[in-house]
Amino acid sequence: MRIFVNGEEHAIEPLSVLGYLEEIEIEPHRVAVELNLEILPKGEYGTTQLKDGDRIEIVHFVGGG
Amino acid sequence: MENRSDKLTIAGREFSSRLMVGTGKYASMEQMVRAIEASGAEIITVAVRRVNISDRSRESLLDHIDLKKYTLLPNTAGCYTADDAIRTCRMAREAGLSDFVKLEVLGDEKTLFPDNEELLMAAKVLVQEGFTVLPYTSDDPIVCKKLEEIGCAAVMPLGAPIGSGLGIRNPYNIRIILDTVSVPVIVDAGVGTASDAAIAMELGCDGVLMNTGIAGAKDPIAMAEAMNLAVRAGRLAYLAGRIPKKLYATASSPIEGIIE
Repeated sequence: MRIFVNGEEHAIEPLSVLGYLEEIEIEPHRVAVELNLEILPKGEYGTTQLKDGDRIEIVHFVGGG
Repeated sequence: MENRSDKLTIAGREFSSRLMVGTGKYASMEQMVRAIEASGAEIITVAVRRVNISDRSRESLLDHIDLKKYTLLPNTAGCYTADDAIRTCRMAREAGLSDFVKLEVLGDEKTLFPDNEELLMAAKVLVQEGFTVLPYTSDDPIVCKKLEEIGCAAVMPLGAPIGSGLGIRNPYNIRIILDTVSVPVIVDAGVGTASDAAIAMELGCDGVLMNTGIAGAKDPIAMAEAMNLAVRAGRLAYLAGRIPKKLYATASSPIEGIIE
């Protein structure tokens, strides 16, 4: 299935948000995730399954003024 | 003598340092860490940006920041609408590290002046959602009063455009803002060198926030130390009660006993 991650299309096998973060080697506790324009609480990363066409935004803190 | 009990209180939390610094524009993480250390700052701003999925080798900012030592102030830099700023703040809070947000809603790319209409709308929503909102705004006492009434924890009027280094362009407006609101007034943006920071504090401001003034200096670590001293000196001078400005001289030495 295909999902959009930070604006880019990716083909993936079905898995949870947590599973996806682990696959791309992102530490869940350092990021925030928005799924289809709604903030996804950290507690739900493991139980939320990604679906075809889902749009996720994964953000973190970087240097800024 | 500096007074250790002269703390800056924001939303019930006390801070010893009245200088807040940004983490952007540094040549390296190492330079950033050393500059923040030299500044004595306890509150540091960070930006919220997409993770680069394809380039995982890039260093993570938080690997270099001791979260026990610093309070993070995520900003909404790059947001031009209330909706974007609100969305950014919610994501920043969800990262789980801070309830404080530096709310910026920009109106224009060249000046980076705030769009105060959108700012007020965003501030209302965010305060209701329980954020501790520190809004970057213009040196307009009317807007500052509205931000206070909405429930912002402080107001942060600009001294001059972000990164311009022009200093405190309208000290009279800053003084009026100090008279107008009871929440902390923190000058944010435009500080170019130490005296600018000292001037802000001498006016009676509660703090100063800067990024480019330090990170853009030829020697950021030295400038960070200069700013640290300037904010403390300015605060001490303010509390010490300066002499009035007079048109004519008043001699400092006694008139009696002059030899003839």
